[in-house]
Amino acid sequence: MKIFLAFLVFVCPAFSPAQIAVKGETVHTMAGAPIRNGVVLIKGTTIERVGPESEVAVPAGYRIMTARVVTPGLVDAHTTVGLSGIYNVPHDQMQLEKSDPIQPHLRAMDAYNPREDLVAWVRTLGVTTINTGHGPGALMSGTTMIAKTAGETVHEALVRPDAMVAFTLGSSVSRNFKSPGTRAKGMAMLRQEFLKAQEYMKKMQARDPDKRPARDLALDMVAGILRGEITALITAQTAPEIMSALRLQKEFGFRMVLDGAAEAYLVPGEIKAAGVPVILHPTMVRTGDETKNASFTTAAKLRDAGIRFAIQSGYEGYVPKVRVVLFEAAVAAANGLSFEDALRSVTIDAARILGVEARVGSLERGKDADVVLFDGDPFEYTTRTCAVIINGAIVSETCR
Amino acid sequence: MRKFIFFVLVVSLVPVAAAQEKPTAFRGAIIHTIEGPPIENGVLLIEKGLIRAVGPAGSVAVPADAIVHDVTGKVILPGLVDTHSHIGRGDGGDASSALNPDVRILDAIDVRADNFKKALAGGITTVNVMPGSGHLMSGQTAYLKLRRANTINDMLFCDDPINGICGGMKMANGTNSIREKPFPGTRAKSAAMVRELFVKAQEYREKIRAAKGNPEKMPKRDLGMEALVQILEGRRVVHHHTHRHDDILTVLRLAKEFGFRVVLHHVSEAWKVADEIAKAGASCSIIVLDSPGGKLEAVDIRYETGAVLEKAGVPVAYHTDDGITDSRLFIRSAAFGVRAGMSRAKALEALTIVGARILDLDHRIGSLKPGKDADLIVLSGDPFSTYTVVEQTWVEGNKVFDRSNPEDLKYAVGGYDVYRTATSSDACEGGAE
Repeated sequence: MKIFLAFLVFVCPAFSPAQIAVKGETVHTMAGAPIRNGVVLIKGTTIERVGPESEVAVPAGYRIMTARVVTPGLVDAHTTVGLSGIYNVPHDQMQLEKSDPIQPHLRAMDAYNPREDLVAWVRTLGVTTINTGHGPGALMSGTTMIAKTAGETVHEALVRPDAMVAFTLGSSVSRNFKSPGTRAKGMAMLRQEFLKAQEYMKKMQARDPDKRPARDLALDMVAGILRGEITALITAQTAPEIMSALRLQKEFGFRMVLDGAAEAYLVPGEIKAAGVPVILHPTMVRTGDETKNASFTTAAKLRDAGIRFAIQSGYEGYVPKVRVVLFEAAVAAANGLSFEDALRSVTIDAARILGVEARVGSLERGKDADVVLFDGDPFEYTTRTCAVIINGAIVSETCR
Repeated sequence: MRKFIFFVLVVSLVPVAAAQEKPTAFRGAIIHTIEGPPIENGVLLIEKGLIRAVGPAGSVAVPADAIVHDVTGKVILPGLVDTHSHIGRGDGGDASSALNPDVRILDAIDVRADNFKKALAGGITTVNVMPGSGHLMSGQTAYLKLRRANTINDMLFCDDPINGICGGMKMANGTNSIREKPFPGTRAKSAAMVRELFVKAQEYREKIRAAKGNPEKMPKRDLGMEALVQILEGRRVVHHHTHRHDDILTVLRLAKEFGFRVVLHHVSEAWKVADEIAKAGASCSIIVLDSPGGKLEAVDIRYETGAVLEKAGVPVAYHTDDGITDSRLFIRSAAFGVRAGMSRAKALEALTIVGARILDLDHRIGSLKPGKDADLIVLSGDPFSTYTVVEQTWVEGNKVFDRSNPEDLKYAVGGYDVYRTATSSDACEGGAE
């Protein structure tokens, strides 16, 4: 009997659904005004209730956690973490395959390492959802996927496989491949590929199965873009590259997110008119080459122009090997973006651009219980992330 | 006449402004002198490029002809000291040798490089500009005051750029300097090559001593040996790039063997050997990276390094290693130190006076003390707040950055065609970090 009880004690916590009440002096739900002295009730993997403490009673048996400031789990709209690893040696750099500049069929989930130290690093600082995968540097480098930063296997982590196909325009591609050697050639190659996919789609509809072409994984993926099943994530930093991206989108009519966009402030009207959202480069991006003209105030300018945007951590080839969107949004908040807009850019606005706002990005009943506890204003350099909850499970409880 | 106009134009463009004529006073700010506790509602008086007085309101007599700046609600700090940077588009030793004691970065700096403006926008007024870490010894560094400059001479602290000691010596161990021949292939070889060089320098010094001032008995002049003798005599400081705990101990061992003064730079794993560093009496110049890794030696870098070293009693300065981190965000590094447990007082010292001591320049810079250079910055608020900006940067009594001036503001935020010469490849080619 005693043994049986001991067994229960050990096993029960794992099976009983989480029951947590997170109390915050300020709770930023991102679905309405911040709540003073708010509480977030978590049951199982989802949020049960959110409201002021005066209205939401904490049921008996709930573990109570407290913080100065509570936010939804942060959403990093574009990273390569998990494909790019901490050591920066060939065996942990899986974000760019250099055998061919057009390989949209390389799947992020076939290369993601959920146990990567840098995934743990961003998780401990409050990042709970990432759009990660193939990086910039090829015309089409492969897919990205949306994942939680928890999970022992990629399947446990996955929110959506093959969320986007990563494109890159501009001269950086020519540093990785012999051809395209120029930006114009790169555009020509992309247009040819889309034409080929259109042709492929047409032939695939042949009534006689024998007349259909052999299945081609790359063209399948481009066809998926043309059918609107998967989004084109087009990295374009300079104004001419941004215009090239918009032209490509207009010609072939696919769903697109503009990525990087360091010179977006030069062509805000064009971006706005195209109706594409922007996943902006990290605010502290190292300036040089395509990002030579990056500005700390671009996020604020996108907001002023009424363009939907999120802030990303991006890809880093050296140090810091991964950026933290919390810090990037903070510097944007110090450069003309409001606190609210900066927080939106790494929570609900990022979730909407990724199309996962039904699950993450705000603290609302029924959404995934992804919650971050801070000991002050999340954007202050000296504020620490003190606890992180993903899918109702406490994944870290140390102030960092 | 045309010639005359041309002359006038040229003269008015000469950027080296004379030290201000009238005394200037700053009133109402919280002043962190770094010499003592912060002064609420302080007054800082500067004159002829120097600090004349500082104290609480009422305690400082402001001359009637003084220009008075009301900076109520602002925060004043000494101009910041960046002990490790790669701004100025300089270079260092080439691929012909792993050891370049004779090479001086001051021979290669472009005083018009626009990343100097980045530093001013970040509140930095003194900088140790270093050659890269791709050599065991990549060359002599240069201590620069970020005055408006027309030539390198306008920026140097030393009086004699030809024979003077105008900086330290950059050294490195670990993986950056392990390369193809003539570079070392292993860590032990790296240490052996450095030891062989210093043994030669000891012999060279002995020959000088034995000559007892007799020019005929002096050894043949050797530029590299001369710089190394300065190191052996403690007149030139070694600035040593090192990351891993074992590499740090190697540096301390070599410093002990040859008796040189060393500052440990970056020291990603200093937190593992803080007591050993303290015992050796070395200072550390550290970097903050948002995440660990990116190179094998930095996988264990921590925000806590500053706090651990403070606790062990090691003097700590922060640095930018620009372009590794951005000079405009220099204060952020110390704020991250505070985030991870460093005291606010030590974190402020780590941006100012400790850096000054590391560069042997604390008699002139690093704190707001009468008689020191009038290098100061005006901040909009708490130095460690994300939302605080550098509003003004003053060097020797001249305002060299003013955020309210759009021409200066653009260097603080960036934008189209603002930075024309700085590229990201600067950082990588130099083998920084």
